[in-house]
Amino acid sequence: MESILQVDNLEVCFRTAHGEVPAVRGASFSVRPGEVLSIVGESGSGKSVTSLSLMGLLPESARAMGSVRFDDRDLLRLNGEEMRELRGNGISMIFQEPMTSLNPVFTVGFQLMEPLRIHRDQSKKEAYREAVRLLEQVEIPEAKKRMEQFPHELSGGMRQRVMIAIALACRPKLLIADEPTTALDVTIQAQILDLIVDLKDRTGMGVILITHDMGVVAETADRVLVMYAGRVVEAAGVETLFHEPKHPYTQGLLQSVPNVDDSLYPLNSIPGYMPKPGEIQRGCPFHPRCREAVEKCRDHHPPSFAFGTEHVASCWLGEEEGEAHGGSSAG
Amino acid sequence: MTTSAATTTETPSVSQTKTGIRFWRRLCRNRLVTVGLVIIALQLFTAVFAPWLTTYDPTAQDLAVKELPPGSEGHWLGTDEYGRDMWSRLVYGSRISLLVGISSVVLGLVGGVVLGLLAGYYRWLDGPIMRLVDLMFAFPGILLAMLVIAMLGTRLINVVIAISIWSVPTCARIVRGSVLSLKDREYVQALRSMGAGDGRILFKHLLPNCAAPIIVFATMRMATAILSTSALSFLGLGAQPPTPEWGAMIAAGRDYMWTAPHLTIIPGVAIMLVVFAFNVVGDGLRDALDPHMDVTYES
Repeated sequence: MESILQVDNLEVCFRTAHGEVPAVRGASFSVRPGEVLSIVGESGSGKSVTSLSLMGLLPESARAMGSVRFDDRDLLRLNGEEMRELRGNGISMIFQEPMTSLNPVFTVGFQLMEPLRIHRDQSKKEAYREAVRLLEQVEIPEAKKRMEQFPHELSGGMRQRVMIAIALACRPKLLIADEPTTALDVTIQAQILDLIVDLKDRTGMGVILITHDMGVVAETADRVLVMYAGRVVEAAGVETLFHEPKHPYTQGLLQSVPNVDDSLYPLNSIPGYMPKPGEIQRGCPFHPRCREAVEKCRDHHPPSFAFGTEHVASCWLGEEEGEAHGGSSAG
Repeated sequence: MTTSAATTTETPSVSQTKTGIRFWRRLCRNRLVTVGLVIIALQLFTAVFAPWLTTYDPTAQDLAVKELPPGSEGHWLGTDEYGRDMWSRLVYGSRISLLVGISSVVLGLVGGVVLGLLAGYYRWLDGPIMRLVDLMFAFPGILLAMLVIAMLGTRLINVVIAISIWSVPTCARIVRGSVLSLKDREYVQALRSMGAGDGRILFKHLLPNCAAPIIVFATMRMATAILSTSALSFLGLGAQPPTPEWGAMIAAGRDYMWTAPHLTIIPGVAIMLVVFAFNVVGDGLRDALDPHMDVTYES
């Protein structure tokens, strides 16, 4: 199936007092309609920066290179006004903190009608009707009453539902969800994830789900991208990734998920820290923490190796089993 | 805390009116604020209904009844050195002080808010705008006003312009400070992600969030503006005789301090009361609009 978003060799650099610091290095991936692509990684692995660069919302000190194709256009080459026109219309985003993502001085209804007024030239009446429909779509009971309420009158889960309704107001083709459930209770988390998947199935939009929670990945993703220190280290379908992880980092991530069924299950952690962006390093960025690192890892950055269809990992361990997959990173 | 779990489930209209009532209760909890509100209401009333509250033209002279003391028949607050009715002059004077106060504050707010919003939001404008503001701060207020009047001439409208220019820098600083703390909130990022432009974010979303400090500033500034108008008029730089402006009335009554003290005392007391009222109400608003104050309020 034709992909709606095609990212090739995305590089993002930040200008700092210590010179240019790379945050994302050569990330390539694609999203197809009706698919959930999950990007996982620790804090600082570059997953949020990746999503912000797709939205054109990087801070002024950042520079993005490479190509991001959406709707036959390269988003990195659009001007400010073209990009603004696309945000909330073609691509929408929801954020981590539903408690602070709504403007406290306006009613839910007012804020729901904002994207409709920005992108669709709707009258107040039409926008109101549409907003009520959106609230019903995200399964908020008593939608008309909620329209008049202020954000502080709603619970966290309710607010995240409102944020989703706002993001979907103009029927985007792509939804970027940046840790949408991190700030919510576990029971609410499952509801919100179900809702996102359900809405995706109904509208056929593509979803990029950014998370550090492997449980969330298992529950919702179709394909997974594992990022480490600004690079995509492994990419695979969700089944493949959970059953046959190739990269030691992915394996470490999977082992650090608690197993509730087995009380004796040892909880592993990955020793050490991720290198800071800009830290000069040779070889594989993961080798100082890797249990299986060999001499080669220290000096040479591993290229991507392919293992069957749609499974690539960038680790020297795969050199024998996998086929060289061009480029220096997986995608 | 007053916000009980019950209020969150009530219908919106009820909870909104409740918020309104709670706000007024909180505002009037301070007795002085209530007194201030009453004084302001009285001034508003006399200013609006001046023609119906007076029987004499405030500028009509009648030398037959000059310098009557308060309590005289037909002129319960007495008359001035030209036999003009003091009550009429006082009432019409409240109109002038309110008009000058409101218009200079509004003008000052418009300038200050726009500069503050731009300086707080756009980093590249912050430096130039704030240096300009610093420059305006370098002049003592009344001196700046006198400079403007010296350039434009002594008319009441020029007093308004002078005082509004004087309000701009303070207001700009307040708004800039608020915007700096607000612009990195997640909802601003969320607005950008839904395609909102800078103008919409600044004026539609950030400005209402800065409303509390602006309202407090405007109320306090009313007091300063009214006092400054009177001061400038007293110095002969504002309203010119026979305009019944309070400061000008004091200036004219000065020469009759020993024979007719009410000519200075009455407008003097009026200025004092009004300035006092706006100051305490401004103080009360600051407390009532401060979300942290909610904790001390018991139902």
